[in-house]
Amino acid sequence: MTVWIAIAVTAVGCYAVKLIGLLVPEGVLERPLVRRLAALVPVALLAALTAQQTFADGTTVVLDARAAGLAAAAVALLLRAPFLLVVAAAVVVTAGVRALTG
Amino acid sequence: MTSAGSGLTLLQTCALSLLVFTGASQFALVGALAAGGNPFTAAAGAFFLGVRNAFYGLRLSQLLALPRAVRPFAAQWVIDETAAVALAQPTRRAVRIGFTVTGLSLYVLWNLTTLLGAVGAEAIGDTDAWGLDAAGPAVFLALLAPMLKTATERAVAGLAVVLGVGLLPVLPAGMPVLVAALAAPAVLWATGRRTATAGEKAAEDDVRRADR
Repeated sequence: MTVWIAIAVTAVGCYAVKLIGLLVPEGVLERPLVRRLAALVPVALLAALTAQQTFADGTTVVLDARAAGLAAAAVALLLRAPFLLVVAAAVVVTAGVRALTG
Repeated sequence: MTSAGSGLTLLQTCALSLLVFTGASQFALVGALAAGGNPFTAAAGAFFLGVRNAFYGLRLSQLLALPRAVRPFAAQWVIDETAAVALAQPTRRAVRIGFTVTGLSLYVLWNLTTLLGAVGAEAIGDTDAWGLDAAGPAVFLALLAPMLKTATERAVAGLAVVLGVGLLPVLPAGMPVLVAALAAPAVLWATGRRTATAGEKAAEDDVRRADR
């Protein structure tokens, strides 16, 4: 049930911001500071989420096979590998390290 | 695939994909729920990731020049990919075609992939053993990498990582990510007026380029 609540709230919220962008009068969101923040806030959110999904086990911080997988993804990105290959590298290396360490 | 790996049912996974339809928010919601977040903080995190779509919408509304009655229907397709394609087109007609074709094909493909992925994941069973729990953060990393162009963006990302992970044992699930979002204004404030004026100039240049 909580999952359905989360889906409903997210769906309504995400649809609302998409629509607001189309309806808001020009000029309000084009202020330089607002534009800078709008570009930087997703960077902060994505960075924090990436780190959490890599190092979090519930509310504790751990270093496990996922860290190796993300390191592999980072290397793939530096080598300009395509999107799917980046994700595949993370999955394969994580599974490999997990299999080796039991 | 990622949703099913986090304990959502097939129906929930597909509903999320159909109704939310903005990738980062979907992954964020699933990630926060999997981490034990309550539904409202999880939704708040996903919501903030979707906020950038409002900024695409602002620019797209000028270029698409849609009648007001059509806007509520076009809104669901206002995402990174449709904006990228539409903004690159030279004429209004091409902008409209680019937006519609990208929106429609992505909507169909994305939801089809979600369905197939969810069915596949249920058949596979324990997704952790296959390393699929690393797919979520890898997707985020791939989305994030092209955004880290300047020192400011890297500083924001670095501070956000420290806040997001450092506050994890202290704050309730979902909250550390929201606090990490404050890295953006914090870094902007720290870099001071110099960056603000430079950013102002860059933003004006962007507008001029886009209007040409």
